[in-house]
Amino acid sequence: MNINLTMLGQLISFVMFVVFCMKFVWPYIGEAMRERQKLIATGLDNAVAAEMKLEAASASAATELDDAKKQAAELIVQARNRASQIVEDAKGQGREEADRIIHGAQAEIDQEISRAREELRARVGELAIEGAEKILENTINQAEHSEMLNRLSAQL
Amino acid sequence: MAGDTLTSAEYIQHHLTNLTYGRFEDGHWGFAHGADDLTEMGFWAINVDTMFWSLFLGFLFLGIFATAARKVTTGVPGTLQNCCEIAVEFVDDNIAQVFGNRPNPIIGPLSLTILIWVFLMNLMDLVPVDFIPHAAQLAGIPYFKVVATTDPNATLGMSLGVFVLVIYYNLKIKGPIKFGASLVTHPIPHWSMYWFNFILEFVDMIAKPLSHGLRLFGNLYAGEMIFILIALLPFYAQWALSLPWAIFHILIICLQAFVFMILTIVYLTQAHETGEH
Repeated sequence: MNINLTMLGQLISFVMFVVFCMKFVWPYIGEAMRERQKLIATGLDNAVAAEMKLEAASASAATELDDAKKQAAELIVQARNRASQIVEDAKGQGREEADRIIHGAQAEIDQEISRAREELRARVGELAIEGAEKILENTINQAEHSEMLNRLSAQL
Repeated sequence: MAGDTLTSAEYIQHHLTNLTYGRFEDGHWGFAHGADDLTEMGFWAINVDTMFWSLFLGFLFLGIFATAARKVTTGVPGTLQNCCEIAVEFVDDNIAQVFGNRPNPIIGPLSLTILIWVFLMNLMDLVPVDFIPHAAQLAGIPYFKVVATTDPNATLGMSLGVFVLVIYYNLKIKGPIKFGASLVTHPIPHWSMYWFNFILEFVDMIAKPLSHGLRLFGNLYAGEMIFILIALLPFYAQWALSLPWAIFHILIICLQAFVFMILTIVYLTQAHETGEH
């Protein structure tokens, strides 16, 4: 092994290479790596934040859904009550109406009956007169009279 | 595979010799042919193959990473950017663990350069030992060592660079007075023993870059040596040893690149630590 000028040559080229590396290699690659690290770090942070937001959103969605369900249930109960009330009311009204109609009809019937009676009563005299006329026109015939009288009474 | 004209010793020697261009004693410059020329040249010589491979691989490293850096995106990264980011992040993590979060513009790129550059230079060790040297020989180049980190000049050159930085930060962070004081007041804090402390601390200080560079060199040199020895076997038997050794060596080349980087970070951390003794 001989120590000679090569050592100095090596020293010089070593310095040259290090300086070149310092100027044109190290800063760029290092900077890019740090930059990417930052990018990844922010990306991860954002992901965590987004996850938290999603959690909050789904929680609020769940409460809102619960509220909506409760409200809906209340509405249904109210509607049911109202419906049964309406049915009850309608039933009541129907019954009243029916009663009214029945009463009306009954009154009309009664009226009709009494009017018929009145009419009949008014005509009894007429009939009697008519019967007497017929008796007087014809010979007294027991059989004929009785038949006529029967007819008369049947008319009543 | 020993050539017909080479003995085993010559073959090994050949594979361990750098292609060296240097100044002969009479003043002219030229390529060395053999050990005698190398001794004659001494310090005033340069290992062309080491320089070639280290520069080539250094530019390869920077080319790949600069391409990735130019097209860098903060969105979904492509394959190239992904690979580069894995390396950068690995380096960053190690720095964060050892060095902490002190602001320092140089330790990151320094560690990345060391890790990838040393790894690439080590990686050349997995190219079968004869491929490139033999091709070079056919092209008329007598010696051609492929693995730059098996040349102590390469590893010590790098550790020297780190050492300079360590001294610089010692002076910058601690100040000349505190740094000087730390060299003489430790481990025996008495004025009469300052000279002794200085010897200890000085040896300690010098040993760091030496061991730093030589550790990498030694590991890779030894690994290369084993490959060369395996290559001396008959061609039909070589795979039985070279395959397991190459697989094991994948671990070594990664590990040694990592160790060189970690030691750099550790030394720089020590240079930044104040008042902890």
